[in-house]
Amino acid sequence: MSSSRGGNGCGGEGERQIHVLAVDDSSVDRAMIARILRSSKYRVTTVDSGKKALELLVLEPDVNMIITDYWMPEMTGYELLKRVKESSELREIPVVIMSSENVPNRINRCLEEGAEDFLLKPVRPSDVSRLCSRIR
Amino acid sequence: MALASHRHISSCLCSIHSSLCYSTRPEMERSSLQRQLANLKKSLFDQGNLDEQFDQLEELQDDASPNFVEEVVTLFFRDSSRLVANIEQAIEKSPRDYGSLDALVHQLKDSASSIGAAKMMKECTVFREYCDKRNLEGCLRSFQKVKKEHSTLRLKLENYFQLLRQVGPAEKATRSGN
Repeated sequence: MSSSRGGNGCGGEGERQIHVLAVDDSSVDRAMIARILRSSKYRVTTVDSGKKALELLVLEPDVNMIITDYWMPEMTGYELLKRVKESSELREIPVVIMSSENVPNRINRCLEEGAEDFLLKPVRPSDVSRLCSRIR
Repeated sequence: MALASHRHISSCLCSIHSSLCYSTRPEMERSSLQRQLANLKKSLFDQGNLDEQFDQLEELQDDASPNFVEEVVTLFFRDSSRLVANIEQAIEKSPRDYGSLDALVHQLKDSASSIGAAKMMKECTVFREYCDKRNLEGCLRSFQKVKKEHSTLRLKLENYFQLLRQVGPAEKATRSGN
């Protein structure tokens, strides 16, 4: 059994463990991103919509990072990003957008709206390692 | 005297031989299974059903998540079967909503890309191109191909995981390139 790569322990330990909220309507992608993040020692909560993400952010004030899919029904990742950045309580939380499509306009729009980074799917452990220094 | 010792030696040899056979038989079966597993995996890659993203899934599997690949693949077939059924409904609806149809195929393609289902991704791309052109004939043809690949992949991966279970948890198929 191979050990997982990219598990650089960036997520921290114990009280200093970084809590990531992963938002994706695809169960396959939720399983993937959760596994990648957990192998880097992040604490992960997953939800399947922007609406549920906002509800959870109210209930759990200790979310340190949000990573969200772009294309989701009802509320896109971009709309979620805007809502987070417009909120005085939530705006400091870094938001990373994931998308299977490499659309420069989309990427720029998200970055201009305050996204921390934009990852192309399928996401790899090395993409998550890249985030490490930006989040701490 | 010589005859007796000859018999003695051959009976010793016989018992050594049978004890050797007894201890290597499971090993021989296991290595045959491992070969089958490696061949099946190689064929999945050579025939383009899977690409290197599948290797990425296997990289993420470890002692903490020993069944990760099978779990994700199971999720994929659950989601993709639902999407295929929804596409079936959307394509038969009149009037046809190519926008909704495209959105469904897009979801299917994204799901396929997460597990490295390369052929499915290709067929979905073609399907989307036909949706874009509102070409019903083309959509129907490519949907048939999508469904066919979906069934083929499911069958091959079911065999793969069955073999993997028989070979045992400590084993892993060799890499696709070998």
